[in-house]
Amino acid sequence: MWGGRKLSSSGNRFLGVLRSRCWGTQAEGARLTSSAENQVSWTPQTKPRVFSEYRIMWFKSYRMTFACLNRMKIYRYPWRRLYSTSQTTVDNSEIKTFLALAHRWWDEQGVYAPLHSMNDLRVPFIRDNLLKTVAHHQPGKPLSGMKILDVGCGGGLLSEPLGRLGASVIGIDPVDENIKIAQHHKSFDPVLDKRIEYRACSLEEMVEETAETCDAVVASEVVEHVIDLETFLQCCCQVLKPGGSLFITTINKTQLSYALGIVFSEQIAGIVPKGTHTWEKFVSPEKLESILESNGLSVQTVAGMLYNPLSGYWHWSENTSLNYAAHAVKSTGQEHPVPAEFVFKGETEELRDKDSTNPGLQEELKK
Amino acid sequence: MAGRLAVSRWRAAPSAAGRGPLLSCRRWSGAKADTVYDVVVSGGGLVGAAMACALGYDIHFHDKKILLLEAGPKKVWEKLPETYSNRVSSISPGSATLLSSFGAWDHICNMRYRAFRRMQVWDACSEALIMFDKDNLDDMGYIVENDVIMCALTKQLEAVSDRVTVLYRSKAVSYTWPYPFTMADSSPWVHITLGDGSTLQTKLLIGADGHNSGVRQAAGIKNVSWNYDQSAVVATLHLSEATENNVAWQRFLPSGPIALLPLSDTLSSLVWSTSHEHAAELVGMDEEKFVDTINSAFWSDANHTDFIDSASSVLQSVVGFLRPTKVSARQLPPSVARVDARSRVLFPLGLGHAAEYVRPRLALIGDAAHRVHPLAGQGVNMGFGDVSSLVHHLSAAAFNGKDLGSMSHLTGYETDRQRHNTALLAATDLLKRFYSTSAAPLVLLRTWGLQATNAVSPLKEQIMAFASK
Repeated sequence: MWGGRKLSSSGNRFLGVLRSRCWGTQAEGARLTSSAENQVSWTPQTKPRVFSEYRIMWFKSYRMTFACLNRMKIYRYPWRRLYSTSQTTVDNSEIKTFLALAHRWWDEQGVYAPLHSMNDLRVPFIRDNLLKTVAHHQPGKPLSGMKILDVGCGGGLLSEPLGRLGASVIGIDPVDENIKIAQHHKSFDPVLDKRIEYRACSLEEMVEETAETCDAVVASEVVEHVIDLETFLQCCCQVLKPGGSLFITTINKTQLSYALGIVFSEQIAGIVPKGTHTWEKFVSPEKLESILESNGLSVQTVAGMLYNPLSGYWHWSENTSLNYAAHAVKSTGQEHPVPAEFVFKGETEELRDKDSTNPGLQEELKK
Repeated sequence: MAGRLAVSRWRAAPSAAGRGPLLSCRRWSGAKADTVYDVVVSGGGLVGAAMACALGYDIHFHDKKILLLEAGPKKVWEKLPETYSNRVSSISPGSATLLSSFGAWDHICNMRYRAFRRMQVWDACSEALIMFDKDNLDDMGYIVENDVIMCALTKQLEAVSDRVTVLYRSKAVSYTWPYPFTMADSSPWVHITLGDGSTLQTKLLIGADGHNSGVRQAAGIKNVSWNYDQSAVVATLHLSEATENNVAWQRFLPSGPIALLPLSDTLSSLVWSTSHEHAAELVGMDEEKFVDTINSAFWSDANHTDFIDSASSVLQSVVGFLRPTKVSARQLPPSVARVDARSRVLFPLGLGHAAEYVRPRLALIGDAAHRVHPLAGQGVNMGFGDVSSLVHHLSAAAFNGKDLGSMSHLTGYETDRQRHNTALLAATDLLKRFYSTSAAPLVLLRTWGLQATNAVSPLKEQIMAFASK
């Protein structure tokens, strides 16, 4: 727990600096609590740069583990959602941690703020790459007609924007509470209610019934929690239609990700509770690529993502040594997989050519 | 002064006294109504209707449901009335671009408008003047009657009625705001109760209901405002003889600025801001006396003093020496012969600026966010600028599948517009105060200042560019 943890001197200094900076937020916090009693008053929403406080809903265990979490919003690291391919590998203590935070999913300035702001990167990434595969799309509903499987959907942070863009989304997560929260959140929007379906299950349980039906599978911030990466990616591939897309965002396995993601976030700043991440489970893009290729998925794009904790925004980057996003396409059978290229805006013509030859080839195969 | 108007995100919990009907509103629990509108625009004036139109024609809003609430009746014209309306607006090129982006400008062109190419602004207490014009004599702006703009917007709204629903004679009486974060069973949407008792739900409420905005008051947003001790008198004037009439004239009298805006070859619109007593007098006096007063206001040099005249001619000769082409001779506006019956109206003036333009699921545009003196002709242009900016941000958010009421893009709109509007508001207020006096030192200062600004073309171009956005 926080009190019992031994901090280095630099950590103490860092905390001291932050505490003095946070002092102003205590006054705001008092205002917040008093105004919360007035049901009708509006409580301030603040930009990520300003510290916000949530004294109202405070679980004891949460406070102990995340004492500094809410006061130190400077260095935020993306929150990982728990995923595992089988129920027996789920870690109960991690479940408890996530359960304590389950109600926080939809607080845009809260614990999951980095995930909310990551949508600014991942939704266009998914949308633009999917739009390349269609000749024309409906304005207002660019993804309409597409079936997307969101693996490890958590509270539905990514499922909802995809649903708003017109796609039919199935969101799955092994944590029941997350599915309940996601279900509850979408129930208020009649349009989303029809387009999104949530299920508390694992990917393997889905494979039989959804084999080769999805236009896209999204596994965002998931593969670094999976026990058996190869089986997981194999299942993703099975669920995809030929020519379907797989989108993955995760963390690279480098010295930098160890330094920032484990040492700094967990041990020094206490942003992420100790033991949430195992550096050994981080996946490098090269390893990911080799597994994807061996499963018949050809990697189209790998792009680095960088989080600026001061502004709270994510940016695309050439550097993939921390976070990165990958887009792979399932081969259509007779096609040779396109060699991996690190391109940002893909080769539209190439893909279109490929697609146009597909039906021709498939007809030939049938004969 | 700009400091007072500038953004400070101080949000003290509003006092219960200012709550009004909201105190009795309960949080909506559980019950889910049939339609959740994506955007509701409260207020169907020039800016509100333009907002609804712009969203309705936006490509990324094809799947969305938009509602416009207007308390008044629908204004329909079978054909354009012959008499010109007395309420006109000076539309900047930027606003014209916005209006043409959803096809309303074409309707305006088919009805009537007047382009002006030059603007002369001069002082009553001295010879100083400033002449604005574009190098190639392009249109600097357009004078359009408010009714004509409204009609064009209504026509465009009708054309897109599958996406935009307009409710006339509907006034919102109370609003219920969502909690900052989701709590069990509380609706995350804004609920609006109308006068007839029906309720609406929306993901984003846009307040465009004028300077006494009900939306702004219900949200408890602080508003910095004060009333000027001035009222504006408007009228439609007939000129003595037909002229090309493509110049806008404005003279700063000690009592307030008087402006003549071209409407046609023989007609011009008057906007005269003056003290309340004088304004009442002007509206009451008989036609001949009124016309004489206007003419002498533009022509008379009674307020000139020898001291100021000689001081200004000194600077004038210096400017003439340094930049001979930049000396502008003072021209006189066309003389007025008659005034349209029943076209004389007055309305009070004031300044206002909301401390925050946005809250979660709420945005303020137009006069609800800012109210300005008409001396710079910027009021509705600032509102149209708000519309442009907000539509740009909402469109990008919709294309990213974002929740429309999310603060992340609303704060982008607020930052954009507060920067622009605060500067303009401060400048206009400063100008108004500066020109309200006939004390010699200040007159001298402003005389020299105006002459110097007139001589420095880059500065003039900057001013024009800022005002035409």
